[in-house]
Amino acid sequence: MRATQTPPVGSPGTPGREAAITSPPGPGPRPAGRRIRSTQWAAVAFAAPLLVYLVAFYAFPLYRNIELSVHDYTIRAFVQGNAKFVGLSNYADIVSSQTFLPALRNTALFTLVSIAFQYAIGLGLAVFFRNNFRLSGVLRGMFLIPWLLPLIVSASTWSWMLNSDSGIVNSVLQAFGIGQINWLTSPGMALVSVIIANIWLGIPFNLVILYSGLQNISPDIDEAAALDGAGGWKRFWHITFPLLRPVSAITLLLGLIYTLKVVDVIWIMTTGGPGDVSTTLAVWSYREAFGTGQPAFSPASAVGNLLILIALVFGIVYLYLQRRQEES
Amino acid sequence: MIRLVKSARVAAMVGVLALSGAALAGCGSSASGGSSTSSAGGGTYTWWDPYPQHDASSDWTKRVEACGVAAGVTIKRTAYDTTALTNQALLSAQEGTAPDIILLDNPAVSTLADTGMLNTTESLGLDTSGIDPNLLAAGVIDNKTYGIPIGANTLALYYNKTILDAAGVDPSTIKDWASLNDALAKVKAAGKKGISFAGIGTEEGSFQFLPWFWGAGAKLTKLDSPQATAALTLWTDWLSKGYAPNSVITNSQNTTWEEFLTGTFAFDENGTWQVNSAAKASFPTGVIQIPAENGGAAPAPTGGEFLTMPVQKDTARYTTTKKIVECMTTTAGQVKTATTFAYYIPPTAAGQAQLLSQDPSLKPWVDAVKAAKGRTSDNLGTKYPKISQAMWTAVQKALSGELSPTAALAQAQQAAVKATS
Repeated sequence: MRATQTPPVGSPGTPGREAAITSPPGPGPRPAGRRIRSTQWAAVAFAAPLLVYLVAFYAFPLYRNIELSVHDYTIRAFVQGNAKFVGLSNYADIVSSQTFLPALRNTALFTLVSIAFQYAIGLGLAVFFRNNFRLSGVLRGMFLIPWLLPLIVSASTWSWMLNSDSGIVNSVLQAFGIGQINWLTSPGMALVSVIIANIWLGIPFNLVILYSGLQNISPDIDEAAALDGAGGWKRFWHITFPLLRPVSAITLLLGLIYTLKVVDVIWIMTTGGPGDVSTTLAVWSYREAFGTGQPAFSPASAVGNLLILIALVFGIVYLYLQRRQEES
Repeated sequence: MIRLVKSARVAAMVGVLALSGAALAGCGSSASGGSSTSSAGGGTYTWWDPYPQHDASSDWTKRVEACGVAAGVTIKRTAYDTTALTNQALLSAQEGTAPDIILLDNPAVSTLADTGMLNTTESLGLDTSGIDPNLLAAGVIDNKTYGIPIGANTLALYYNKTILDAAGVDPSTIKDWASLNDALAKVKAAGKKGISFAGIGTEEGSFQFLPWFWGAGAKLTKLDSPQATAALTLWTDWLSKGYAPNSVITNSQNTTWEEFLTGTFAFDENGTWQVNSAAKASFPTGVIQIPAENGGAAPAPTGGEFLTMPVQKDTARYTTTKKIVECMTTTAGQVKTATTFAYYIPPTAAGQAQLLSQDPSLKPWVDAVKAAKGRTSDNLGTKYPKISQAMWTAVQKALSGELSPTAALAQAQQAAVKATS
């Protein structure tokens, strides 16, 4: 932000450049202030669209979200604009709710398990496709399909496939003599099912980013290690994997933030149910706001703010790790 | 970064901010709605309804526009889907740009009325005396009426005649829960599937559960009564005995209808809106009313939309608004609405009589609508959505086996009391 507000040209902090720009050819010292101001105005003018954009689409919604969460916005108050200030009581209600702990646990499980598998499978596939073989381009393209399908299509397809009575997964299992598994409707399986679907959705993202990361690793290093007698596994663990670390870190961070706020897959497949067993914080927030006949914006935004905080914590951890890596 | 597109969409949903905040900003900057700009007498009147399936060239649009022409104005119709319509209405009321008429899903009427954005029918001088009281009830709060139903629909049990004949079940003998259970047992013994319904964790789940809940004599103000437990136990027993498939837990009303159309189910709990589809099924179908626990027809919840008239700054507009509403709710108009949609039963005795003279086969539906009950009735109003959420959560927990019906309903009652107090 600071960088956009005070661009280097014409900034008061760089006297040398100012002097160079503003020194007039004519004789006699002229007050430099006016010229500086005009370039400053120009700088502000150039930055203005970005600032307006940031305020309209980032600062205002964030402010509004916080404002919603500390007022008691019933629908009547929402229309008449006279919501009562209630401080943190929405947050207190959220934290003391029966749904809170299960939702927090589900969010942690959903996010961590999804990312672990997405990353592992994505990396495996990226390494696999690194050896260009015949049709590898086509195959790699096909792995992007989950990414290209509209989510309503892929999530609906998953819920049909996992249908207890007429789903294809159960009919295959039954053909092998395994009994009916209630994927979406039993308390023990619902979360597992949505995690499986989400892993499938997230693999392409990991594959693409990690694959491009692999392209940036010079094959010479690998070759040198091979000449020194390092086997495939050794080369992967001691050369490819460490060199891929920066790309891995950003992949995991982005994956984490995307996964934290997933609503659509879960909503379409189980609506967070049965009961609350597949409700994550994001689904809970959506349900409070839009899932019932009566929108409860204040608790919904309180849950949303908690999610933002969680994402922020991981963002800071990432920045810290990155800085330490740069220092070392 | 295709995923970014998706994540942006998710972000919009998760951060309520984006929808409420950014959408508000958008509405604020564009002068929307003809209501605030045009004046009374001539001009454009705005009309919102939840029928996006009917486009600008449909019979429905023509009918709406014709009522505008009769009142000497042009009607600009905009369609949203049901949930979006409520949100749009709230936003427009906040911005002071509400349309002249909103055709609103009946449980949402009390919600919007609570915000003070709707006129009462009394204040506009509209006559509601001919409307069946049980159908009007969803729009009545504290003795004030906030809308007029254009028609009503409800739930009943469709049956597959082929399967019942093969299993030796006579549908006319199903008068109470015991005889229904006997019929289901016979169907299962004959190797067919018994019944399908929608137990999904949304309002649809509550909608489908209510006939059994009310049929047992339970009340929405006490979710953990023995009657309520009896109703939920009826459902859980169907699952444990294999009369109903496990997938009912995630079934929507459309999904359960698709299951029924495959011809493998003897019964399906579904609504008036499937009448045409049932007639086209590959097997003969019939309809019986949902039985109450100890006999007789259970009250099923009413579905259907109300014409509501949001408050306008320019009160001179109401005269024309009233003309449009009256044009849409004449007896001939109601029958026309019924036939246009094929699933609406007129809300007046005169309208019902005229519809039956045109199509006597709709008799079971007219009876069902007469026995039906509004979800927000009993002066529950805006408490209903909270109670409903607690109820469908209990249904989900019990059907999935997470909790016993008694424990699930006890939890639901606690949650409902907490949410409505």
